[in-house]
Amino acid sequence: MMSSSNPNRLNASVRPGRIDRTRTIHATVDGRAVPGRPGDTLASAMLAGGDIEVGPSIQRGRPRGVFSADCTEPNALVQRLDGDCPEPMLPATEIELQDGLRVETLSGVGWLSEQRDTAGYDKKFVHSDVVVVGAGPAGIAASLAAARGGARVMLVDQHRELGGMLLDGQAHIAGHPATEWIGRAARELAENEQVRVLTRATALGCYDHNYLLIAERRADHPDAPPSPTIRQRLWHVRAKQVVLATGAHERPLVFADNDRPGVMLASAVRSYLNRHAVLPGREAVVFTTSDSAYSTALDLLGTGARVPAIVDTRPEPPTRLVEQVRAAGAHVVTSAAVVATGGEHRVSGVRVRGIDGNGSLTEWSAEFPCDLLAVCGGWNPAVQLFAQSGGAVRWDPVVAGFVPSGAGGRSARVVGAARGTYDLAGCLAQGFASGAEAATLSGFRTAPPPVPQVDGDRQASRPRPVWLVPDESRSPEECTEHFVDQQRDATVADIHHALGTGMRSVQHVKRYTTISTGLEQGKSSGVNAVGVLADALSAGSPGEVGTTTFRPPYTPVPLALFAGRTTGRLYDPVRTTPMHRQHVEAGAVFEDVGQWKRPRYYPRGNEDMHAAVLRECSAARTGVAVQDVSTLGRIEIVGSDAPEFLDRIYTNGFAKLAVGKARYGMMCGADGMVLDDGVSMRLAEDRYLMSTTTGGAAKVLDWLEEWLQTEWPELDVYCTSVTEQWAAVAVVGPDSRTVVGRLAPDLDVSAESFGFMRFHETVLVGGIPARISRVSFSGELAFEVNVARWYGQALWEATMTAGSDLDITPYGTEAMHVLRAEKGFVIVGQDTDGTVTPVDLGMDWAVSKHKDFIGKRSLSRPDLVRQDRVQLVGLLPTDTTTLLPEGAHLVEPDVSRRPPVPMAGHVTSSYHSAALERTFALGLISGGRQRIGEVLCAPVGGRDVEVEITSPVFYDPEGARRDGPEQG
Amino acid sequence: MLLVRCPWCGDRDEAEFRYGGQADVDYPADPHQLDDAAWGEYLFVRANPLGSFNERWVHTAGCRRWFSLVRDTATNEMSPDIPRRRESR
Amino acid sequence: MTVLNKVESETAAPETATAARHSPLEHRAAELERRSTSGARGVRLHEEPFLSQINLRTPPGGVESSAVSDSLGLPLPTVNRVSGDEHHAVLWLGPDESLIVAPDGRAEHLLRTVRDAQRGGSGSAVDVSANRTTLRLSGPAAREVLEKLCSLDLHPRSFGPGDCAQTLLGRVIVVLWQLDREPGYRIMVRCSFADYLVDLLLDAMAEFLDG
Repeated sequence: MMSSSNPNRLNASVRPGRIDRTRTIHATVDGRAVPGRPGDTLASAMLAGGDIEVGPSIQRGRPRGVFSADCTEPNALVQRLDGDCPEPMLPATEIELQDGLRVETLSGVGWLSEQRDTAGYDKKFVHSDVVVVGAGPAGIAASLAAARGGARVMLVDQHRELGGMLLDGQAHIAGHPATEWIGRAARELAENEQVRVLTRATALGCYDHNYLLIAERRADHPDAPPSPTIRQRLWHVRAKQVVLATGAHERPLVFADNDRPGVMLASAVRSYLNRHAVLPGREAVVFTTSDSAYSTALDLLGTGARVPAIVDTRPEPPTRLVEQVRAAGAHVVTSAAVVATGGEHRVSGVRVRGIDGNGSLTEWSAEFPCDLLAVCGGWNPAVQLFAQSGGAVRWDPVVAGFVPSGAGGRSARVVGAARGTYDLAGCLAQGFASGAEAATLSGFRTAPPPVPQVDGDRQASRPRPVWLVPDESRSPEECTEHFVDQQRDATVADIHHALGTGMRSVQHVKRYTTISTGLEQGKSSGVNAVGVLADALSAGSPGEVGTTTFRPPYTPVPLALFAGRTTGRLYDPVRTTPMHRQHVEAGAVFEDVGQWKRPRYYPRGNEDMHAAVLRECSAARTGVAVQDVSTLGRIEIVGSDAPEFLDRIYTNGFAKLAVGKARYGMMCGADGMVLDDGVSMRLAEDRYLMSTTTGGAAKVLDWLEEWLQTEWPELDVYCTSVTEQWAAVAVVGPDSRTVVGRLAPDLDVSAESFGFMRFHETVLVGGIPARISRVSFSGELAFEVNVARWYGQALWEATMTAGSDLDITPYGTEAMHVLRAEKGFVIVGQDTDGTVTPVDLGMDWAVSKHKDFIGKRSLSRPDLVRQDRVQLVGLLPTDTTTLLPEGAHLVEPDVSRRPPVPMAGHVTSSYHSAALERTFALGLISGGRQRIGEVLCAPVGGRDVEVEITSPVFYDPEGARRDGPEQG
Repeated sequence: MLLVRCPWCGDRDEAEFRYGGQADVDYPADPHQLDDAAWGEYLFVRANPLGSFNERWVHTAGCRRWFSLVRDTATNEMSPDIPRRRESR
Repeated sequence: MTVLNKVESETAAPETATAARHSPLEHRAAELERRSTSGARGVRLHEEPFLSQINLRTPPGGVESSAVSDSLGLPLPTVNRVSGDEHHAVLWLGPDESLIVAPDGRAEHLLRTVRDAQRGGSGSAVDVSANRTTLRLSGPAAREVLEKLCSLDLHPRSFGPGDCAQTLLGRVIVVLWQLDREPGYRIMVRCSFADYLVDLLLDAMAEFLDG
């Protein structure tokens, strides 16, 4: 009856199984070859070869065996060794056998590879009218009904083929084996182009507004292409309606030594028999609290195994079932329970005692030899996805499980075993009805098809759950071999220990005992823990104890799948200017400013940043330097009310700004704190071009729109983002006039004709139209040349050419920061942090006394006129070579250093200055402007740096350099 | 990922929007008429109910329009706002 | 010659200067060609540079909008739709906002036309031709490529030729415009994001390299 290399494989005549017997494939487990067939799982192949024992348990080193045939497996956990990246903690019950698969068994803990995972992880967004999760009978029925209505349907199942529990059994539908019905349904769904069937795909989570995440495994199975470009795909699915046909998980039973290899879930035994044609034992005792395990007993008997006893906790199991198993050669022991198992590395026999109506042991006892103990503690409807998405569950005493609460609403879309319906006809009826209803609600009116005739179905009678089979000699507190969570080695004694410390809530007990914190996340251990707790607390039912919180993901998933395609250079958008490649060619070192890549400095030869920045600053102060300023935000503001609008937005006035002129402006939030700043030009009476900081462009546009749309819709103003319509360079330094004069031959660039804060339109050499303004962020004579973005490269080239004999020097953000700090110009976001007002910055000159603006009212709030508010000041370290770290705190020199140490303020900007030939800094100091000349301390790296408070303007305080050298 | 109904563009993922807090907190007609307490109330005090909440969103990655809707803060169920005192442009 | 006059004349490109223009994805043209595929699962990507684009703001339903529509010879589009064809089109961007798209070199003329129509009323017209560049993604697998990056429902029942949307591809804001049933799309993206978006799209297209 058995083949030699696979001693436990049943002949095809006895059980064909869902395997391909024409091919033999091999995996390697702990270095040993394990043969099997396509269609096997790693666990079924191991069982076929006679291996039931796996790695010993995590804490106590107890022998453990394959326990389940699904994702609830607590023991048979392995580490992948083959493939792109060794993956830890995979249940052997879920791994499809394939050639080349190499694993090692684990003792409840795996290891993370240090190797980079180079496999492909994909992501896909799709929409569906109806998503059905679970392709058992209820899910297939729901999909058929919805698809026949014309809806876009997605059917998702975690296994390789459709059918669910039907594949584990022997039922007939419409007079034929259920597999034929499944086959017909699969074809019908495949032929409908509005239907997408995803197999080997696990719905990880079901979120608000019918959003589902589904992990699809496209590699690691025998049907996968040899080297798939995509290993796993994460589907982001938005559904109009969701039908959850997620089935149920069988519960283990809690008794002494219930973890011995050879103890296995009854449904798993049946699955191995029928799906994989594997007989996991020859002599099997069945221990049950409900009807379903009788099918296991009958299937075992039908394949030639011996069943010494069926131990049923119920006093009166259904007569029909008792007679059926008796006719097949087994007998039923009622009102009884297994109280102990014998054996060491495999169960060799069980001891059975009578159990009375209160759950106490009676005097009656018996012993049965066996090499397999099939246990059924009842079933847990798989309500995980339902509960995650906000559905409430309640304890159903008839089903003996937690089921979706309520009959309507979201709970109506939970069908079949997932709502405690265990008979096949009921599952089909609910599936058809919910599928038709879901299609109708998503706009495809349809009626449910008639339910076909079903045979081999066993009407479920009421189970009798037993949460804890008492020990023959020990109290529950001492039940250290009654395992509730095998993966965590957690026992009934652990639960009682938690109770002994005063815990009562199941949430606390879970965390204290670690029960349900393993891979199965409570799918098999959770309700048993609740039951043991309910008994111990003398609660009326597990419903009074309640459940722990169900959270995604439904089963473990590699983090790489969530990262998906957006890793490395794709992680976050990278924004570049049209001159980017010219900067790269010039050897620029870049820094990230928001998403922008901006040149930080351009080292020459072996220069470090310090040397390069000193050189770049020096060029700007003594010759000519050029910076790409295309990253500045630009917003065109148009309309008859544009002047009024800008007056309300900016702290200073813009309505009276003449056409052709530009002005620096500052804007605040309603709270009076600085929001952004920049220069705006008046292009026409009804037209301004606002510039914003590099990082602030989107935020400012949102801000403007918020006021226009929500507060001042009566204003005739329109804002258009034109940031990337323009490319721009700043040409800075005493020689900048010469360079710009060469660039723009038609333009009179003399100080008399081209005043500060004016702009002109002109045509550059090469015929490029440009707008040139005289603005300065360095105190030097400076011009900003703007052209349409597509001329950016040409502009840069032309500027470099025009200044080549003057050693025109490209400079980066670092030099720009130094130059502006030498003048005491602030950078919003560096010298401000959302708690700083224009007054704090000493910029009262930019705050209008005559008009209202956003934030003005706040500037007179008591907290904003306090004398001890921080104020922007200059800071000069006494030692001219010491560079203060930005962010360094400043304290009074004589203050005690015992915490809490009162802070005087902190450093916001700090640099070496070529012009000052020393280090300097800006900082925000409490009452700082009144303290010029005083000395503070900056504790840095274990020593005190002495710092003098100064004016924030270090360089050219008279502003003599703004118009450049006298022209001769 | 919530599904937010932009009154203009239709149903879009939450990622296309920015949240704008409580709706119908009007900018005072003349802030300077308010005493410090009342102005502080406008600036800093917002409702935070469990249940129905009238709130603002802006479709930043789409039409850039501000709008308000009613969200149940316990369930995230959303429904259109009753049109407010003036039409958004 | 007053400043006002100079300012009022928009920056227009003389013929001599067009050679100095560089589109944001010019340097990747060969790469895009190489990574495009044909066949039943093919997908092609290339840049359509320098399209004329005018951002139009017009109070909906007002006299301004009919004047603008008359001047363009096209009705203004309804919600999420495109009016016109790929050569001369107006795209819906918002309740009072549209994007006029025309071949290279038409911006100045369009701007003048629209501003004339708007004169005396409310609204704005701004040249944004250099603000965005346009990618054309087409071929049988084009929708599948977009589905890796875009959460919109692009199924033919929901999104078809003549539909447009401002949405996200990955984390990049784009204007997505379906041109035909093949399907073919235009993706209009702000220039600074163009290189990154191409990286994203090419990565998404890799699955279809073998056709």
